[in-house]
Amino acid sequence: MKTIRLSSLFSQLLLLIFVIAWIAPTFGLFISSLRDKDVLAISGWWTSFTTTEVNEIYRTEGKDAQVKEGDYYFIKSNLFGEEKGKEIFRFGVTSKNIDEYQVGESALFKDGTEITVLENGDYIWKSQKEFKKKKGKRVFISAKSPPSFTLDNYKEVLFKEGLGQAFLNTFAVALPSTLIPLIICSFFAYALTWMKFYGRDILLATIIASLVVPLQMSLIPILTIYNDFGALFGVAAKSYPGIWMAHTGFGLASTTFLLWNFLKSLPQEMMEAAKVDGATHYDTFIKIVVPLSIPAFASIFILQFLWVWNDLLVGLVFLDKHPSEIILTAKLKELLGSRGENWEILTTGAFVSMTVPLFIFFSLQRYFIRGLVAGSIKG
Amino acid sequence: MSIFSLALTVLIGVLVFVAFFHFSNFLLDYFRLKTPKKIAWENSIRVVIFIGPAFIVLFVFIIYPVFETIRLSFYDKLGDNFVGLYNYAWAIKDPDFKRSIINNLGWLIVVPTLSTFFGLIIANLADRIWWGSIAKSIIFMPMAISFVGAGVIWKFMYDYRGPGDQQIGLLNAIAVALGFEPQAWLTIPIWNNFFLMAIMIWIQTGLALVIFSAALRTIPKETLDAARIDGASELKIFWKIIIPYLEQTILVIWTIITLLVLKVFDIIYAMTNGQWQTEVLANLMYDWMFRGGGDTGRGSVLAFCILIGVIPILAWNLYRHKQDQKV
Repeated sequence: MKTIRLSSLFSQLLLLIFVIAWIAPTFGLFISSLRDKDVLAISGWWTSFTTTEVNEIYRTEGKDAQVKEGDYYFIKSNLFGEEKGKEIFRFGVTSKNIDEYQVGESALFKDGTEITVLENGDYIWKSQKEFKKKKGKRVFISAKSPPSFTLDNYKEVLFKEGLGQAFLNTFAVALPSTLIPLIICSFFAYALTWMKFYGRDILLATIIASLVVPLQMSLIPILTIYNDFGALFGVAAKSYPGIWMAHTGFGLASTTFLLWNFLKSLPQEMMEAAKVDGATHYDTFIKIVVPLSIPAFASIFILQFLWVWNDLLVGLVFLDKHPSEIILTAKLKELLGSRGENWEILTTGAFVSMTVPLFIFFSLQRYFIRGLVAGSIKG
Repeated sequence: MSIFSLALTVLIGVLVFVAFFHFSNFLLDYFRLKTPKKIAWENSIRVVIFIGPAFIVLFVFIIYPVFETIRLSFYDKLGDNFVGLYNYAWAIKDPDFKRSIINNLGWLIVVPTLSTFFGLIIANLADRIWWGSIAKSIIFMPMAISFVGAGVIWKFMYDYRGPGDQQIGLLNAIAVALGFEPQAWLTIPIWNNFFLMAIMIWIQTGLALVIFSAALRTIPKETLDAARIDGASELKIFWKIIIPYLEQTILVIWTIITLLVLKVFDIIYAMTNGQWQTEVLANLMYDWMFRGGGDTGRGSVLAFCILIGVIPILAWNLYRHKQDQKV
């Protein structure tokens, strides 16, 4: 009995290690997208849950804020201004010795003025003479910063970096690129399953061969066709209809194959009964096959939609990098090149691009898995 | 473009196809009812309507390009003049090509093996543990993420700061915590390939996992119980019963991941663009499609090399299809 429990404990531990290793990268990205960009650049995301120590520089206010009380001139204010929540524990007034004083102590500037900084950032700056300078002086602080998260990065990325538009563009690419193959392939698969015609077996074998033909084989000839077509009719070679048809072409074999597999399993008697009743193939298709195929459609829709949404290569080749056409993955790749060190932009951008797939994943996981498993049985 | 014009474009695009099928079938029915005699052609016309659009797309986007690409691989840069085997001779001498072939082979060996291996182990573990389905969900999740998104995630994991600075990449933070020097992982030749492969393994393990999970459920419980009663250890059951039972599934997963790995592009393009000796065929091909105005001859040779890689799988699939049809 004891050995079984020990081995079960070991299994749980092993699985836990796998789970942590698999979730940590995505989780880190998500947390980072919610952090302040300055903090993100200098500390690991795993430190964001605990109170951290930060060293920062602030500037006091200038002569405009001074008041005279008795013999002395005072400037009283708060170093942090609007953003509060940090707790100062040491401060300094020279860059050589940034944590010379305890909070509450008085520090002397070179010009003889005296400053006292409190825990919450309040300070009192005292001088015998009138303050003359418009700009204040620098104060160095060491503070404890509690965990804090913000949505600023999302605002920046969606509206300033143009990811919002790319998000819409990706939808405009992905929806027709999923629906068009579904429409034409369901007719195709129906014909392959239930209609008799010359060359049906060869066509089926072609589909099965096309399943594995790498899409790289198509890129150069199709791009040439598009360029010629564009030049001939004086329209842009790269356009939405162009990429829809490209995605339709590349998804055609797998969509047809999955549907064919499904349609084959429908009872033959049903089709024959419909035929005896005088129904045409079109009637049978619309009234019998389509309603029965809804679950299969759902699985295939999800697979193809995710494929198109996550695609980079087809989008790069058949669409412009113009803001009105660029898709999310291409935009993200562009940001990787141009903003390689701005992790707040990259992490947030990546997370934005993942929202739709993750939503589909968590809400429709059953159909997604069903499609994958069905596709793998043969494919 | 505004959201409305985009939505309108999308709607029109989809409606065109719905309308085609509806009206063509409608017209056919109309004429069939009007003429008293049954037209002999009716069935043939219906077949053409049903398979026409799909066949045209299949021909234009798959069948024709395959032959055109093979033809272009014997032509020059612009596809105008026949140059024989010149492009192939160039490829054999090109150091980038050699590097790509070696790297692709490395990917082909490492990624399917480890993904299948991890998938199998996790499927077995998760099946026996009450929180197994949550674990499966988490490990499966990367399947939904794009390769570029995964690229950003892992570039962040591999981020490098100088030895004195605080590391913000998890891998370097761990390395430093264990007392090692931080490394710029993606720039260390040879090893960086494995760091890139890790991303693909991270994604594809989920695929292997769900398929294995489905397959594990088909193993008859009686067989497993009988083995347990006979006193077989769990490890022995795994090797002697589960593995042989899943042989077919393992093969299927292997081929799916192999097909994917042969075409691997996004990860390399986003992370290193082939620098530091990480070049692969698909990225090199993309490069030649546009480098110096594009070289269709060399690009086609590279595409053809990828096709050669899938031919064994293609033949095997066709063979199995033929066997199925006989039954």
